[in-house]
Amino acid sequence: MKKLILAGVSVALAATCATAALAAGHAETGVSIGLQLEPPHLDPTAGAAGAIDDVTYANVFEGLTRINQNGEVLPALATSWAISDDGLTYVFTLAEGVTFHDGTTFDAEDAKFSLDRIAAEESENAQKALYAAIESVEATDATTLTVKLSQADGKLLFSLGWGDAVMVAPESAGDNKSNPVGTGPFKFDEWTKGSSLTLTKNTDYWGDAVALEEATFRFISDPAAAFNAMMSRDLDAFPNFPAPENIVQFEADPRFDVVIGSTEGETILSTNNAKPPFDNLKVRQAMAHAINRQSIIDGAMFGYGTPIGTHFAPHHPAYKDLTGAYEYDPEKAKALLAEAGFPDGFQATIKLPPPAYARRGGEIIAADLRKIGIELQIIPVEWNVWLPEVFRAKDYDLTIVSHTEPLDIGIYARDDYYFQFDNDAFDALIEQVNAEADPEKANALYAEAQQILSDNAVNGFLFQLAKHGVWNKDLKGMWENAPIQGTDLTGVSWAE
Amino acid sequence: MAEVAVQTEASAGNSFVVRALRNRNVVIGSIITLVVLAMALLSFIWTPHSILDQDIPNRLKPPVFAGGEWAYVLGTDQLGRDLLSMVMVGARASIGVAIVALVIGMGIGVPLGCAAAASGRWVSEPIMRLSDFIFAFPSLLLALLLTAAFGFNVWNAMIAIGIFNIPVFARVSYGAALARWQREFVMAARAAGKGPVRISAEHIVPNIANLLIVQGTIQFSLGIIIEAGLSYVGVGTQPPMSSWGRMLAESQTLVSLAPHLALVPGFAIVTTVLGLNLLGDGLRDLLDPRVSRAQGAS
Amino acid sequence: MRRLACAVATLAFASVLIFAVTEILPGDAAQISLGVNATDETLAAKREALGLNRSAPERYASWISGFVTGDLGRSYTYDVPVNELIGGRIWISLPLALLSLGLSTLIAIPVGVWAASRRGSVVDSGIMGLTQLGIAIPNFWLALMLVVFFALTWRILPAGGFPGWDEGFWQALRALILPSVALALPQASILARVMRSSLIETMGEDYMRTARAKGLPRRAVLWRHGVRNALIPVLTIMGLQFAFLIAGTIIIENIFYIPGLGSLVFNAIRQSDLITVQSVVLMLVASVVAINLLVDIAYAIVDPRIRTARQRG
Repeated sequence: MKKLILAGVSVALAATCATAALAAGHAETGVSIGLQLEPPHLDPTAGAAGAIDDVTYANVFEGLTRINQNGEVLPALATSWAISDDGLTYVFTLAEGVTFHDGTTFDAEDAKFSLDRIAAEESENAQKALYAAIESVEATDATTLTVKLSQADGKLLFSLGWGDAVMVAPESAGDNKSNPVGTGPFKFDEWTKGSSLTLTKNTDYWGDAVALEEATFRFISDPAAAFNAMMSRDLDAFPNFPAPENIVQFEADPRFDVVIGSTEGETILSTNNAKPPFDNLKVRQAMAHAINRQSIIDGAMFGYGTPIGTHFAPHHPAYKDLTGAYEYDPEKAKALLAEAGFPDGFQATIKLPPPAYARRGGEIIAADLRKIGIELQIIPVEWNVWLPEVFRAKDYDLTIVSHTEPLDIGIYARDDYYFQFDNDAFDALIEQVNAEADPEKANALYAEAQQILSDNAVNGFLFQLAKHGVWNKDLKGMWENAPIQGTDLTGVSWAE
Repeated sequence: MAEVAVQTEASAGNSFVVRALRNRNVVIGSIITLVVLAMALLSFIWTPHSILDQDIPNRLKPPVFAGGEWAYVLGTDQLGRDLLSMVMVGARASIGVAIVALVIGMGIGVPLGCAAAASGRWVSEPIMRLSDFIFAFPSLLLALLLTAAFGFNVWNAMIAIGIFNIPVFARVSYGAALARWQREFVMAARAAGKGPVRISAEHIVPNIANLLIVQGTIQFSLGIIIEAGLSYVGVGTQPPMSSWGRMLAESQTLVSLAPHLALVPGFAIVTTVLGLNLLGDGLRDLLDPRVSRAQGAS
Repeated sequence: MRRLACAVATLAFASVLIFAVTEILPGDAAQISLGVNATDETLAAKREALGLNRSAPERYASWISGFVTGDLGRSYTYDVPVNELIGGRIWISLPLALLSLGLSTLIAIPVGVWAASRRGSVVDSGIMGLTQLGIAIPNFWLALMLVVFFALTWRILPAGGFPGWDEGFWQALRALILPSVALALPQASILARVMRSSLIETMGEDYMRTARAKGLPRRAVLWRHGVRNALIPVLTIMGLQFAFLIAGTIIIENIFYIPGLGSLVFNAIRQSDLITVQSVVLMLVASVVAINLLVDIAYAIVDPRIRTARQRG
């Protein structure tokens, strides 16, 4: 109601003082957005926390390329590019007249600095491997950047669109963690640790001006609190609402738009393939037959999520539907378990990180496996324990986690990854696909790789995490899907 | 002289039942407590449904009084488990944790308090300072730290709550025992050559048992609240075991969709704690000589 | 003086205990800040930078010497001084705690006096019944119910969050109403009971009879002599309750997503931000100790006779 009254004066207000209007609810020019996780700092090129990108990607920092909401690569600071026939040389033409938020200009030297910085000795970049093919970077002139590769990399343009490869300035890069300086349409304004972070419009932006004057990110980890904050209009949008059980209520409420999109999160029952009895293929296959995917999606995610039969996003063209490979069949599971030498089942542990998909999904899986004689002890852990214990030390039997990076099937080829899956044929395939520039051929290779994972029942492949977008129905331009971590506000505006 | 003390207790015991039945608090409190206890005990041998049985198509069913079916008297939760069964098993968890915590608190606190009362300043002072010290810690905060350090499970929750019961019982028994040491029956026992340990065990503890029972009831109800709090923040009882606090936590996002999920465990906690507090109040009226004397005088 | 020495000793002992407990907390601050793709080298470098590779006594010494001089260390998670983190939050948690304390006192004392002055009447048993109920309601459940009704159904108060004091005093105060009510009601129930029984006991004392015999009006006797003397045990309980209040804010701040000290500590535990955990917990313990010290002093003011005579037990 307040909004209606405000609407008349909003034009005048917008021009002069956005913050004053904000105190009276939300302004027509400002937006307050809920995020579940708070970033530890604000430098997307250092550290893996997705929450950093949720705040800064496309808003504060820009890369040479950018990813749109459908996962396509678009030009950004590089307005165009040419690729040599052997796929080893990329020549980027950079945008002109670009300045950083501190007023310094952006040119090819800055781009070279940014890319070199990824591979540097002391780099904290979380995705170094993505840019490993880059052999040298040259600033040919102020607006031309030449990148030479040691081997062809079909995904390079996509990888350059990640938050981990954004352009930074040598003058300010060191302070980006606390005071991020990028080229984006929003400037960093203020961060109240543990509570909220504010961005304001960059009036000197080189590209198309954004509609919003101000954006405030509020960090609310508790799903119930998130629900209350949305319902009481404390927030205008929650790009990925943490409690799927509330979606139905938002849908019934005319104040909100609910948009269910896709994410890159393959939610899996990660299995320690090197640890008995899980080193036994029959045991893993028995578990695959014992798990009722649909009941997990219904029970843990209230129906939101797409079943998967392998570690691949269903919306990707290379996806191979293998959900039928192990149909739900407890009897068959029992038989397989008996064949494996465990007619009476066995006991194991399952370590569950905090998200609802894991805690609730774990309870359902424990019930499913109990039916075939596998007794799981449920151990809840926080991420600070999960990372060193499960991920690094591999001290676990089973865990549930959503792998949210795009196109990350390659992790199964990594030595010493926490699944401890080791398969030479698979490793060879991944090596081949990484060097494959032709998308058709690459997709065929991906399909083969998916088949291997399914045949080996490496992990329990559960479902693709859905993105539950909820926002004020007057708010336009929020992303439907999440092909990459980020909250791109460049196209967001309030309806007239 | 010791005989005399025992006899007065006995004669008090005679009229005790009659007085108890006249005390409204004791009657209501006992009934509630007994019902909850019975529910917890029954859950070992029978519940309407198994709490391990998930039935997702049948989830979020309302209770009978809100239009549900008799098969699920109190409705079902988000995984289709029978809420009545969950509450019954949850009673077991609550009571179990509170009892173990009580045993820890009494088992350590009472001997400490008695020892402090029986010996000189150089023993009593450190013990009382230690109990002050534990009091200075916000209970839930230390419980949170302890469970984070040693693992989120029901055993560590019991120990953490038990630790907070120790200073309570140490103080109560110290104060009471100190007064008893001046009494004639203790003098007599001393004259008979009994050592402080024996006197404490044979004369002091039975004499302060009344007070301990009253305090025990209060700590018991506190234990239930703290257990619920710990399980609510996810560091106490773990699934598949059911707990009232965890049921509440899980109901949070569903409260406007299925209010019974928050109301049922909430009422379970409130009723149980209310019952125990009434019982404790009533017992204090009956057992604590100070209170009964004060009431007689006014 | 002796009490002060005691308080200092308590804090010293508490600091060792807190440090020891945080030492055994599982988790790795370096890992949490670098994430899944961290290599052994970057992890080692991060630990070095955080000072995690020093020995435990060394870290304790540097923490405690900093604490005494007011430097609480640098947060592992945010890489900013812990002072800064606390500074931003204490002006939320402290008003919240004081508001709840004030609210519970404001409710408890009149209600307790009322019940005591109508002892045995319907009013008395009604109030006693209500306070029994109040004690039995866990504050987090109360909070949940308050949100459902006041924020979601009637929409008259915010469901949570804290706009900050610079957004306007009333705006900020409004945000603290539901949380402080959730904290205050159970406390008020306890206090009211203590007030009532303490007043009843005081009214039975000889000097009260004398005062009444002297012909002073009943109301004057009740308030001037009775309540004043009956406040002593109430103060004791209030001091003890402060620790519960602090503990209560941890859950309550989480429910209402209020960025206070409680939620700071809660999140710091989750993120292995040990230095923050240590400093904030020690600060909270210190505040409890300080409050109890104040209560001791307040005793002396309310009743000078107690200054020397009062014995613990």
